[in-house]
Amino acid sequence: MLSYVLRRLLVAIPTLLVLIVLCFLLMHAAPGSPFNSERALPPQVLANIEAKYGLDKPLPLQLWDYLVGVVTRFDFGPSFVYRDRTVNGIIAQGFPVTLTYGTLSFLVAVLAGVSLGVTAALRQNTWIDYLAVGTSFSAQALPNFVMAPILVIIFTWKLGWLPGGGWNNGAWPYVIMPVIALSTSFMASIARITRSSMLEVLNSNFIRTAKAKGLPGRAIVWRHAMKPTMMPVVSYLGPAFVGMITGSVVIDMYFSTGGIGLFYVNSALNRDYSVMLGLTILYGALTILFNLLTDVVYAWPDPKIRY
Amino acid sequence: MTQIQTRTDRIAEATTDAAIHGRSLWRDALNRFLRNRAAVGAVIALLLVVAFVLIGPAFSRFSNEEIDWALMGDVAGQGGPSLANGHYFGLDELGRDLYARTIQATGTSLTVGIIGAAVAVIIGTLYGAFAGYVGGSTDNLMMRAVDILLAVPSMFIIILLLVMFGRSFSMLFVGIGAVSWLEMSRIVRGQTLSLRGREFIEAARAAGVSTPKIILRHIVPNLMGVVVVYATLLVPQIILTESFISFLGLGVQEPATSLGALISAGASTITFGTVWQLAFPLFFFLVTIISLFFIGDGLRDALDPKDR
Repeated sequence: MLSYVLRRLLVAIPTLLVLIVLCFLLMHAAPGSPFNSERALPPQVLANIEAKYGLDKPLPLQLWDYLVGVVTRFDFGPSFVYRDRTVNGIIAQGFPVTLTYGTLSFLVAVLAGVSLGVTAALRQNTWIDYLAVGTSFSAQALPNFVMAPILVIIFTWKLGWLPGGGWNNGAWPYVIMPVIALSTSFMASIARITRSSMLEVLNSNFIRTAKAKGLPGRAIVWRHAMKPTMMPVVSYLGPAFVGMITGSVVIDMYFSTGGIGLFYVNSALNRDYSVMLGLTILYGALTILFNLLTDVVYAWPDPKIRY
Repeated sequence: MTQIQTRTDRIAEATTDAAIHGRSLWRDALNRFLRNRAAVGAVIALLLVVAFVLIGPAFSRFSNEEIDWALMGDVAGQGGPSLANGHYFGLDELGRDLYARTIQATGTSLTVGIIGAAVAVIIGTLYGAFAGYVGGSTDNLMMRAVDILLAVPSMFIIILLLVMFGRSFSMLFVGIGAVSWLEMSRIVRGQTLSLRGREFIEAARAAGVSTPKIILRHIVPNLMGVVVVYATLLVPQIILTESFISFLGLGVQEPATSLGALISAGASTITFGTVWQLAFPLFFFLVTIISLFFIGDGLRDALDPKDR
């Protein structure tokens, strides 16, 4: 097991380095400098600014400095647009917010999705099943950027129950809509995967044996059917997590929750290269880390996988 | 004697007839697809959307860039959908005709989806077929590279490209195409591996056909079933990606527009009560996406030999 984890780590680390180098080079291959503005700066001033941010050094050296800073000190450097901000400061301010509603959404998507899928499979071809399948199919076409305005129309504008945006230190009325908007489409996918996987498991021989020896239905489902059912679900968690990370950008933008997504979009619009680079790397590192976790979790209960 | 002769002739005729009217794989798949009611309904819905994009402009009384000065001061009050003043879908927040804008946006989104999928399919198929056919360390190296690129969150790379090299249509295609071919190449490689050992490939090699020609003439045509299914499922994915980017304001720029951009604009003005600005683009978005999902599912059931 340990050697498997180590081997996966050996793949994850170069991936992360490739990501950092790729993003860095893309940023520097872009035409123009981040300090080009409508009003041309005197060459001396421009040279001073470039020296301050280390942009006058040769590119390989800049890349090396950046890599060393990120890897050893977790330092993404200063913002190019806001002189009093650093990328680390932005992450420290916004990331806890994103993490809070992101974790909640993930839990909601998994718990609700699995329960919906299992219920549908156990009551196959009843109205509960049809309802669950119908809901999850249409919910798949409702990504977060469609859900968010629909929720605001219903709960803020028509009913007036929930605030249409803001964070307020995570008070629960402010958390509900972001969590629903972010989790719905993933919950739907998880429900669909769980349902079909559960149906397949329930038709397999070992479940028939369990039934034949007279086990009660609940024991069959919980003790025997649940574990193999969860395998495809676990392998979907990686892509779901990536989707949620990406979706959090929309949530931060639409609900003004103050997470890193809004900073990301603003940095993209302002061409604030260092903030964009830092946040892209952060999102990428989270993705790689989570894929690693999913692989390990996936390998753990499956007797077919040997390390 | 002659009677017997004609009878055998007739039988021979009938049997050759039967042989000629054999069913090909594609004919078979078409029959299976036509029996799937949801998929056929989805095809009709999609054709209606395409017809709306192609024929719709003929019924429009306004262009997509024209501002209706008479109504623009009171969009929330008088700018709603109305047959009387010719704004069938109402006005957008600047006083432009939403009917013309929705046609333009639906057209953009469909184009992006189809061209993006085509780019991804061409690159992915050639890459995967080459890696799978050549095999060995070349294959290993090529697929490792794909694995590493797949681990990178693609949406952020597309946005990075768009920001760095300007938000243009062509950059959008390059960005989306550059990341969507990865999954395709893996699927194609897997299929190629199973084709590689077959007799007809061996025969081609023995006859001295060159590697590129074997890949193009013998491998790729045999991959078509998988490729078609995957391409159909890729189109809605790409439309979703593009809409996501346009929703953030990082996609196509004015005066061009896409469904994502219209949904974004509509979503930001709903507090003024202009629900139609969200409802019409959203309707066309959902119809397009859902029908493409159903068509993809139907094609998979019809073409995928695994689930038969």
